[in-house]
Amino acid sequence: MSDRLEQGLDAMRGQMDTRVMSYLSSCVHCGICADACLFYTETGAARYTPIYKVEPLRKLWKREYTFWGKLASSMGLVKPMTESDLSDWEELVYDGCTMCSRCSMVCPVGIDIAYMIRKVKEGLAAAGYSPEGLVEAGKRALEIGSPMGVTLKTLQATIRVQEKETGIPIPLDVEGADYMCLFSSGEIAGFPEFIGSLAKIFKATGVSWTISSEYFEATNTGVQLGNSRLAATLVERVVSAAEKLKAKNVISPECGHAYTTIRWDAPNIIGRPLPFKVVHIMELLDELRRDGRLKTEGIAGEKLSYHDPCNAGRRGGVLDQPRNLLDMVAPDFVELPETGAMNWCCGGGGGVSSNERADALRLKVFDAKKRQLDAVQPQGLVTACSNCRHMLEDGLEEHDMHDIELLGITELIADHLVEETG
Amino acid sequence: MFAQLVDGIFWDIALWVFAIGVVWNILSIFRVGNKPDYSEPRGSAVAGAVATNLRRFMPRSEMVSRTRLQVIAGYLFHLGLFALLFFAAPHVLFIEAQTGLGWTSMPYWAFIIAAQLSFTGLLLLWVHRVMHPVTRLLSDMDDHMASILTFIVMLTGCMALVEAFEGLRVLHRFTVEILMVYFPFSRLMHAFMFIPSRAFTGAWFGRRGVKA
Repeated sequence: MSDRLEQGLDAMRGQMDTRVMSYLSSCVHCGICADACLFYTETGAARYTPIYKVEPLRKLWKREYTFWGKLASSMGLVKPMTESDLSDWEELVYDGCTMCSRCSMVCPVGIDIAYMIRKVKEGLAAAGYSPEGLVEAGKRALEIGSPMGVTLKTLQATIRVQEKETGIPIPLDVEGADYMCLFSSGEIAGFPEFIGSLAKIFKATGVSWTISSEYFEATNTGVQLGNSRLAATLVERVVSAAEKLKAKNVISPECGHAYTTIRWDAPNIIGRPLPFKVVHIMELLDELRRDGRLKTEGIAGEKLSYHDPCNAGRRGGVLDQPRNLLDMVAPDFVELPETGAMNWCCGGGGGVSSNERADALRLKVFDAKKRQLDAVQPQGLVTACSNCRHMLEDGLEEHDMHDIELLGITELIADHLVEETG
Repeated sequence: MFAQLVDGIFWDIALWVFAIGVVWNILSIFRVGNKPDYSEPRGSAVAGAVATNLRRFMPRSEMVSRTRLQVIAGYLFHLGLFALLFFAAPHVLFIEAQTGLGWTSMPYWAFIIAAQLSFTGLLLLWVHRVMHPVTRLLSDMDDHMASILTFIVMLTGCMALVEAFEGLRVLHRFTVEILMVYFPFSRLMHAFMFIPSRAFTGAWFGRRGVKA
């Protein structure tokens, strides 16, 4: 057995817990999960069936953790696992799964398949079977602090532009501010107006906030890769930055993956509770709305719809808040069919959009989103995730759907803030 | 002689293997344990576990049109099997003789309907398993063995009830004993494990305030 295979199998053995074993013991191979997965529905390829993607973990479990498997192994009656049991799954797991969890919502025996795919990633990453694009993003995250190579200088330049455009100072390294805000690199590079929108909203609502120059990246490539050590290092950087600024709250930006990671996964990645509270920007804005501090005027005239980012919505529980906010400014709001916790993924989550090798496939599976949009034909599509927004841009471009405007919800709210008088 | 073995020592062995096998299997899974969840919950894990256990008895409305065959066949098979197992007159009498607990059995016509529904469901599921590219890819020997053994047990049971012939009763009981020995070491364990499986997922999503 080669070293890399042994490392991969060891990493998966380390992931075996009661939850995984219960799932593997209860699967009846009914195949219903396939019909919930956009990679299967849009390609028709059976190998994209979600539960099939955890086959390396199932094989290991069957051989080493079940009665017949142990008996047969001891008698030499089963073939040992080989490198192809891992290498053949790399494309399925990293290119053909966005970890969107739609499959986890439909399994009749209740298996959270995405939870197990995350475990398989640990084995593949440990064995060195990860896509180059993600591995390189991981290196940049570790060395530069951003998977896209966004440096502090880039952020500072972006802040200066936004300060100039909004006329509002953006606080950097303010100790004792109520909220420390994180950003995804995709946001800073692609949608810098998000930062200006925050400045406008927080000024109007009197929220004290800051950005840490020490660490401002919200995404965690370690989680996308399945590399727990890298994931823990990146989480510790957020913790350290927040502790230095004595921040009691950390804002996760418009990025579904970033939210699930820092809000739900981070404490378990580092093995202790976080010393601060994490809120998604939608949660905070909705709280300000409830308290009567966030006031808007005017309405968006177009027919708008909302794309739920899978990680913020289905896996993160931020489902009602964006709808409450849209209710303030979008009277002609229309839900996509199969929405909320059953929304179809855009195709770019789980690190797929950072994996150039998967570009053609992610654009192909965007057909699921296109069907949803065709059904209601909105003039504008709002979302709360910069990664989804990038993917939606690519998908709409690919399908010549130029008449649909893409909007970030924070910017939409900022554009309708009650103007200050006097 | 064979009938005495089937009604005596074979039954005892099958019962013990089944009971010990199921308990051993469940204990071996639960002794591994789960890591604690340090994230601050938004909702109740317990309520999520209970709700998901109940909710997953019904398919999601979004999925019905795409999975109609599996859903309908699954209901036919499981409901029919449940009725046969616990309400067929000979089973009720047998359970009463073994445990002292008795209840009203279903009439003969209901037995026939339950058997037909159950057979239809099982056959549809098996044909789907063999014919559909997804289930064909996923299925292994265990899936087919479980389907075939269940089919044989149901077939011999129906034959035994329709024809009041002692040999058929013994044959049915013998096939049940084979199934009981096979059960704990097979995918048939889903009959028990679906409960913790749904509970884990429900609890996880419940903490996050999501109805799974």
